[in-house]
Amino acid sequence: MKPEATAEASAGGGIAPAPAAAKVQTPFQRFAADFLESRIAVVGLVITTIVVFIAIFAPLIAPTDPFDLAKVDVMDNLIAPGDKNFAGDFTYVLGTDGSGRDMLSAIFYGLRTSITVGVSSGLIALALGMSVGLAAAYFGGFVDTLIMRIVDIQLSFPAILIALVFMAVLGPGIDKTIMALIVAQWAYYARTVRGSALVERRKEYVEAATCLALSHRRIVFRHLLPNCLPPLIVVATVQTAHAISLEATLSFLGLGVPQTEPSLGMLIRNGFDYMHSHKYWITFFPGVALLVTIVGINLVGDQLRDILNPRLQK
Amino acid sequence: MSVFIIRRLMQSLLVVVIMSFLVFMAIYQIGDPTDLLVSPDAPQEEIERVKRDFGVDLPFHEQYFKFVGKALQGDLGNSFVMNDPALQLILQKMPATLELAFSALFLSIVLGIPLGVYAGLRHGTFSSKLIMSGSILGFSLPTFWVGLMMIMIFAVYLGWLPSTGRGETVEVLGIEVSFLTWDGLTHLFMPALNLALLKISLVIRLARAGVRETIHMDYIKFARAKGLAYRRVILLHLMKNIMIPIVTVIGLEFGGLIAFSVITETIFAWPGMGKLIIESILLLDRPMVVAYLMITVMMFIVINLLVDILYSILDPRVRLQDVKS
Amino acid sequence: MSSDQPTLSVRNLQTYFYTKAGIAKAVDGVSFDVKRGEIMGLVGESGSGKSVTGFSIIGLVDQPGEIAGGEVLYKGQNLVGMPEEQMQKLRGNRIAMIFQDPMMTLNPVLRIDTQMIETVLAHEKVSKDEARQRARDALGQVGIPAPDERLRSYPHQFSGGMRQRVAIAIALLNKPELIIADEPTTALDVTIQGQILYETQKLCRETGTALMWITHDLAVIAGLADRVCVMYAGRIVEQGMVEDILDSPAHPYTHGLIGSVPSHNKRGQRLFQIPGMTPSLLKLPVGCTFKNRCPRATDACNVEPEIQTLDSGRQLRCHNPHLETAA
Repeated sequence: MKPEATAEASAGGGIAPAPAAAKVQTPFQRFAADFLESRIAVVGLVITTIVVFIAIFAPLIAPTDPFDLAKVDVMDNLIAPGDKNFAGDFTYVLGTDGSGRDMLSAIFYGLRTSITVGVSSGLIALALGMSVGLAAAYFGGFVDTLIMRIVDIQLSFPAILIALVFMAVLGPGIDKTIMALIVAQWAYYARTVRGSALVERRKEYVEAATCLALSHRRIVFRHLLPNCLPPLIVVATVQTAHAISLEATLSFLGLGVPQTEPSLGMLIRNGFDYMHSHKYWITFFPGVALLVTIVGINLVGDQLRDILNPRLQK
Repeated sequence: MSVFIIRRLMQSLLVVVIMSFLVFMAIYQIGDPTDLLVSPDAPQEEIERVKRDFGVDLPFHEQYFKFVGKALQGDLGNSFVMNDPALQLILQKMPATLELAFSALFLSIVLGIPLGVYAGLRHGTFSSKLIMSGSILGFSLPTFWVGLMMIMIFAVYLGWLPSTGRGETVEVLGIEVSFLTWDGLTHLFMPALNLALLKISLVIRLARAGVRETIHMDYIKFARAKGLAYRRVILLHLMKNIMIPIVTVIGLEFGGLIAFSVITETIFAWPGMGKLIIESILLLDRPMVVAYLMITVMMFIVINLLVDILYSILDPRVRLQDVKS
Repeated sequence: MSSDQPTLSVRNLQTYFYTKAGIAKAVDGVSFDVKRGEIMGLVGESGSGKSVTGFSIIGLVDQPGEIAGGEVLYKGQNLVGMPEEQMQKLRGNRIAMIFQDPMMTLNPVLRIDTQMIETVLAHEKVSKDEARQRARDALGQVGIPAPDERLRSYPHQFSGGMRQRVAIAIALLNKPELIIADEPTTALDVTIQGQILYETQKLCRETGTALMWITHDLAVIAGLADRVCVMYAGRIVEQGMVEDILDSPAHPYTHGLIGSVPSHNKRGQRLFQIPGMTPSLLKLPVGCTFKNRCPRATDACNVEPEIQTLDSGRQLRCHNPHLETAA
């Protein structure tokens, strides 16, 4: 892949040595090197990777299936972390909840739900918000004003309120939770994308593309969009953490996912009552899992922001 | 100045109208409308009567105007659960929520600004880094989890503070307030702090950023060159410059406090609007939800308007610019 | 003692900036006097250390800079190392400073009267009304009409020239004995500049205030100052009476500065420029700091030149000055 090397090799008859330690890095390699500079960010990345791994492979790696009603034994309920079960042949590393479900497995499955909801709602909100933002920036004029008025009004209300209202109207359920989260998030993406698209639109390459009579869609997607990506990536990362946090909040309030497919928020809700009687683990450990996930993603997002922004200004 | 206010009022009015429309659409048109007007458990004749009364078979815009007409008279329907006017039930609980929200506001100013200014002035020192890391945590940790931890540590394990409910109240001008009693304060402290946590982090960051920007300005140096005492330079020259964006943000975020109170009130069993609305949602008490929405929207709009006005008072450049236009 | 003692006497002042990249010697062994009622011009390019000199005198050098050595004697009192409380009593009171950009000097969210009254009250226990009266008088002194109305205004309601007059008025409020003016007219247009120069000169003559005017513009000095100090890379390379130096500059740098003023050049000819660039303060050449750009440099210039004092009272740091022309 290094043209100089191959040219030299063929020119020198294959005897000339390749240039030592190629200084040419791909943009991705440079990006990776910048990212890895911060140890904290690496920690964040590791955490995020582990969490995602657990989320994807939960059914395979969880010690038990806590939602298989046949296997759950209510005699094993409220066992403290590290204690053995009633029959004495299995240790519950993180204890069990009020129905006898193994906390560790429950947390794995809970992570799975939390991340699925958070990430999918984030991605759809991103796609939606991005399209709207690009359209507003590209077409300008009345379209832009109208869209941005709507965005502004929505953004003047806190996301939790919007999600709350949505869930109140639609009732609980995973799909409805995802929809509520999409509605709560899209406006933020729209505004971010419109902001950077507006800046890019004024640049000359867009003029050039327009002169070449390229179709609107082509200009927007092939030319405008790639340049708006850096801030979008940063926003997406941080927003995903917010989405996960928001879903957990909704579930905690009883308005999110149903009991049969609990997310971390729902698990925390279940443990809330036991807290007063010193059975802290039912609430505490899912909470820690949630926390670690959110902080991990935020750390990655912070570092991304630091390295992507100065580059933008060049 | 008055032109400015009038313009803002008109804008706000427009938003209220739009919001009422959206709320009406969302609540009354999704699903079977009668479900929202009368509980599905009611006897059949009741349901028929309500249907006729509310003209559910009437065209959309007529229904909407009926809704608006009633709303303007203060009738937003009756709660299914309690059979009392929804508006009244919510207004009864509002003082508790406002008390919580204002306490949180107070804490975020009283804790956030000094910490933020300190972090800004002592940039690079260990304590400043500590404060900033704390603010990042305050930002990312979900409010409800922090509340749970607070209860776990301070109420359950240490037993220092009560974990639920509102304390003793005293009546002031016809409103019950609890911060005037010691018992009330102990009950108020944790929920207010929990609610305030996000705001405190925000204020710390804002204050610090403001200080970092302003401290190198020529006018600060000039103030020192005039031989003014350091304290005056910081407290007047510096603070007045950084307060403007902080006040704006705090003001705008006050609405957020009201919204987030649904979480805090649920965790700490604080008898306010937020707890009421969560219960109502879970009990499918739709008129309550409508009433809550309308009230909240109104509050938001009023708050935004007030903040705009306050901003123009604080920043003379904005005020005088408008006069010229 | 008494009127023979110069108001300001700077002796071998050294102000260094301790940065991660190294030590920048912004001011390295600067000495001069300013007598009562005298107007002294401190001339130099940007980066020569002239502003830092001004800030060092009034004690407002920001981190990572500090005064590393030397003395600053205000009427015999050494300001270097003076405790901050005592310095505060002098600042704005006996020693006043005017900054370059009037837009940023006045606090945009405070009214003019607040900013003026506080200066008076910081140093004297008088009533607010009396302080306001003094402010009114000061505004009148600098030629601002309708002072009462102006007092209640905010800085952004003034034009640039007026703002600078306000800054000067503030400087004069407590009748200081020394004013340090750091390029106060650079940001203003030429006609206003002329007015302010004239008025300032008049005021100093009348009140006996010593004035140190920092600038890069020789023309300003020519019309305003009694004495001039030419600064280069942290050192004063030549100082003396203005007419002397402008007529017959001895130091090659001064010579070059004067030569590069467009009016000194012949029409149609290429404008004269001193070749090269100001050296970075972190990497100053060994010996005379000007040697790499000097047309008269010799091997002797590898040793830093000492200060010579000529008969006319002129001081010089040069191994090969244009002495034929100097008295």
